[in-house]
Parts: sequence; C-alpha cells; structure tokens
Amino acid sequence: MMMNNLRGIYSIWLRDIIRFRRDTSRIITSLAQPALFLFVFGNGLARGLDIEGGVGSQLDTPYLAFIYPGIIGMSLLFTSVFSAVSIVWDREFGFLKEVMVAPISRSSVAIGKAFGGSSVAIIQALIILVLAPLVGVKLSFLVVLAVIPVMLLISFSITCMGIAMAARMRSMEGFQMIMNFLVMPLFVLSGAMFPIERLPGWLHFLTRVDPLTYGVDALRFLMLGPGSAQFSLAFSVSVLAAFGAAMISLAVFLFNRTD
Amino acid sequence: MIQVKDIFKKFGEIEAVRGVSFDIPAGEIFGFLGPNGAGKSTTINILCTLLKPDQGQAFLAGHDVVEYPARVRSSIGIVFQDPSLDERLSALENLVFHALVYSVPKAVREERIKHVLDMVDLWERRHDVVRTFSGGMKRRLEIARGLLHHPQVLFLDEPTLGLDPQTRNRIWEYIRELRESDNITIFLTTHYMDEAENCDRIAVIDHGKIIALDTPDKLKAMVGGDMVTIASSALDQVAAQITEHFGLTALEQDSKLILEVPDGESFLPRLMRSVDVPIDSISVRRPTLDDVFMKLTGRTMRDEAAGAMDTMRQHVRASRR
Repeated sequence: MMMNNLRGIYSIWLRDIIRFRRDTSRIITSLAQPALFLFVFGNGLARGLDIEGGVGSQLDTPYLAFIYPGIIGMSLLFTSVFSAVSIVWDREFGFLKEVMVAPISRSSVAIGKAFGGSSVAIIQALIILVLAPLVGVKLSFLVVLAVIPVMLLISFSITCMGIAMAARMRSMEGFQMIMNFLVMPLFVLSGAMFPIERLPGWLHFLTRVDPLTYGVDALRFLMLGPGSAQFSLAFSVSVLAAFGAAMISLAVFLFNRTD
Repeated sequence: MIQVKDIFKKFGEIEAVRGVSFDIPAGEIFGFLGPNGAGKSTTINILCTLLKPDQGQAFLAGHDVVEYPARVRSSIGIVFQDPSLDERLSALENLVFHALVYSVPKAVREERIKHVLDMVDLWERRHDVVRTFSGGMKRRLEIARGLLHHPQVLFLDEPTLGLDPQTRNRIWEYIRELRESDNITIFLTTHYMDEAENCDRIAVIDHGKIIALDTPDKLKAMVGGDMVTIASSALDQVAAQITEHFGLTALEQDSKLILEVPDGESFLPRLMRSVDVPIDSISVRRPTLDDVFMKLTGRTMRDEAAGAMDTMRQHVRASRR
C-alpha cells in the first residue's frame, strides 16, 4: 500500500515535469512577466512615487531590489495556482478519469499534483534568479540553496490551496473567480510591490493574514538581508509551514471527496 | 467473472439503473445494447468503481466493487466513452504513465508497450504528441492502454463511436484476437446494432432495466419472420389497408412502414394485389437487432429523444477526436 502510494505520487509528479519540459514557451513567459513587472512597473513606480532613495525597514534598500523577491513570490503564486487548476482541464479533457480509475489512492494523486505544481513553480522561480544582477542583488550559491526550501514551502502550500479549489470546480469559468477573488488579493496584499509597515490599520490586518506576506518576507530576509525583512526568518517559515500543513490536509480531504 | 445482483442507481430524481442483474463468465464478449440514457454508462461506472450503487451488489473477479475498489481497479481495463488521454504527452509517455500507476513490472514494461502499440499499429508514431493524432488513432491508443496491464476484464464504453467503418472493423479484430489469446472477458456498451452482433451475448437495456438477454441469433429469432419496408406517399392509407387485408399492424419509422411477416417472398405478390394505393418501393430483409429493439419496446433506438445536451455533447466529442 505504501509502495503503491509512493508510485502514485511519483507518476503524477513525473507527468507534470514532462509536460513542463515539453512546453518551452512556458519557460520564456516565465521570464517575460516578472521582467515586465520588475523593470516597467517597478521603475515607473519608483520614479512616480519618489521612492528611488530606498525602502525597507531601514529605508536603505533600493526599490527595484526590494520588489525583486516580491516578483519571485508572484511568480511562485501564479505558477502554483495555474498548475493546480490544470486539474480542471484534466477533468474537461477526460484525463482525470484515467487517473481516478487507476489503482492509486486519491490522496497520492493530490500529493503528487502538489509536488508537481511546486516543482514547476520552483524551476520557473529559479530562472528568474538570472535577473538578480540587473537589479543589483548579489546572490551567493549558499543564498540560492537557502532560498529553495522557502520557495518549496510557498509553492507547495499554494498548489495545495489550488487543488482544494479545483477539486470542486467543474469548468474553467471558476478559474476567473479564483484569479479575481483570491490570487490577485493574495499578490497585492503580500507587500510584494510595496512595504507594508506603514499601512492603515485595516489594510495592515489584511496583509498580516495573507500567507504570501510571510513568503515574500522570508525571501527578502534571505536575498536582501535581515534589514529588509519585517519578520524573523524563523517566524515566517513557521507561518508558511503551518499554512502548508493546513492546505495539504484540505487538498487531500476535498480531493478524496471529489467524483 | 462479473456478477451483478439487482443494482439500483439514482441521480436526484432520475433513476438511471433500476434493478439490473446479470452474470458474465470469463472469456465472454458481453454487450450492453440500448439507446442513449438507458443506463449503460452508469452500470459500467459502477462496475469500474467510479460510482457506488444505491442498492444491490456487484462482484468483479470475485471482489465486491464497493468493498474492494483497489483490487477491482487493478484487474480491469477501461476504454471510456470520452477520450481520456493526456493530449500533451506522446503516445509512449501516456503508456508509461499507465504502466507506472498500474504497477506493470519494469522488466516487462518496454516489451509490453511495444506489443500493444504494434497491435494497434502505432509503434511508428510512439514519440508523437497525442494532440496530433486523428480520432481513430486516439481510440486505438486508448484500447492499447486499456490492455497494457493485462486486465482480466476489459470495459469498452461505446468503443467505436464516431469512428469510420474500417477502424471499427480493425478494433473488432483486436478484440477477438485478445479473447483467443488471453481469454479476457469483454464488457461493452453500444448503440450500434451491427456492432452488437459481434457479442456472444447481448443484454438489451431500456430505461434502466434489462428487457432481454440472449445470444444475437436467439434475440433475432424473437422477431418471427422477415421485415418488409414500404415507402409510399400515402402511408396512412397503405397501413390501413394492410391491417384490413392481413390483420397486421405496420409501424412507421423514418416515414416508411415496417412490418413483420412470416414469409417475405410470398407476402409481396399478395400485398401488391390487395393494396390499391400507389407504393413507391418495397424491400424485404432478415431481421436485425434493430428490429428486436423495436419489437421489445415499440420504438427504434434512433427515435430516442436525444436531448439537446446529448446532441451537443456528441458534437463536442466528435470534433475533439
């Protein structure tokens, strides 16, 4: 039974990887969108708002460098949700039936999908790391190694959240809803594009309940140094881990009840 | 190999299956024949553990489908009515995925994949992405996939829907070969009468119930004699006169009259003498399973009001292939 589940997880994961490798256009777009946000949006905002001097807790981080980890967080968020929601496509195109009738448990399908989605998201996020020199962020090999587990926590938990939602979704129309009412707010409230410390109370509260806030903050901690982060690394990672545990449980629970 | 005891399944208010029972011995080709919405796919979905019956029991290879779905799943292969391939993977990758989830041992995996791909003539195209395949090729690939893990029972839900006659014949050749070589049991649903003739036994299903179950020959013997089809511009008058002179009731189908007579050849001259309304054409033929269905239900299978939704779904399915 144990072997059976591991095999199920592995095969679902492998399928996502093969599909990603085949789709080279995704590798290019995975770089295009962050570049657009970073250089056009980022530069525009910095000039327009007169924050070229710097942001962050010590007001000494250049704005482009500040949003760089945020953009990576954005890429992880979008890719993870998109991967998870591909379950709805699989349902639409029938492949989900092949999976559902196979002698592997539903739980292993959900977990395999979670690893598949997060692997793809991490690969895309790592590609974005090539932009680091352009925004003046110096990354050592050790930093890159340390960043990967944080990326895994973010993408794994968000993929699970997506799976939990896709378990009930019958059509791609639901995807638009998720984008508008969940993914965009998660991104905007995460402080990916602006510092969150001096926001009005209600907004401050919302950023605090956004799990991506802690993901972006942990990435900032590692990539830009503790001075640019708001929380301690241990705290951010703990919040992310708790969120991930809750989401994988929810994903497995809901996916087991889907038909 | 398959035992079904009095199963019921309701979807909301709709009773899709209302007390179906049958036994299928190993090595039999068993067909479920009926119009759209008769409960064919629901029964298959119950047998392959995708649906739970509301009532009744079903056993497959000795395992209760509700209690031991995992055991049932590893002993069956399914070719669904709708395509279920990953179109972005190659033919080979689809099969490797299947081999993985069905625990086909690594030692025999390659050899078996080659064998099933050869069987459906797709070995040369194994590295091509499924999206580039024609409808017939996809269907063949699905059948190859359904056989990859050497199932004891193969389910085929409308296996040749939307396929050209040539591909249809090829698929039937494979199915018969398999039965010869591996003694696998085949359970298929269809609403093509000529396809049903390939089965050892056929269950005719209508409104969620089996209304007849026998060999195709015996079913056809239920229709007493020959089928006479009459085309005329005055169908009503012809029908009235036939009833008057011969005491027979003619059924109207596709603006033609159909009647069953004991001996077609000798009936024709008598008919021509007694009817004085102009007749455009007359034909006589041996009964088909279509006539059996008509005899049992008073309707033809094509008459079944395929709802707008059904028609649309069929259309989508056809265009996707």
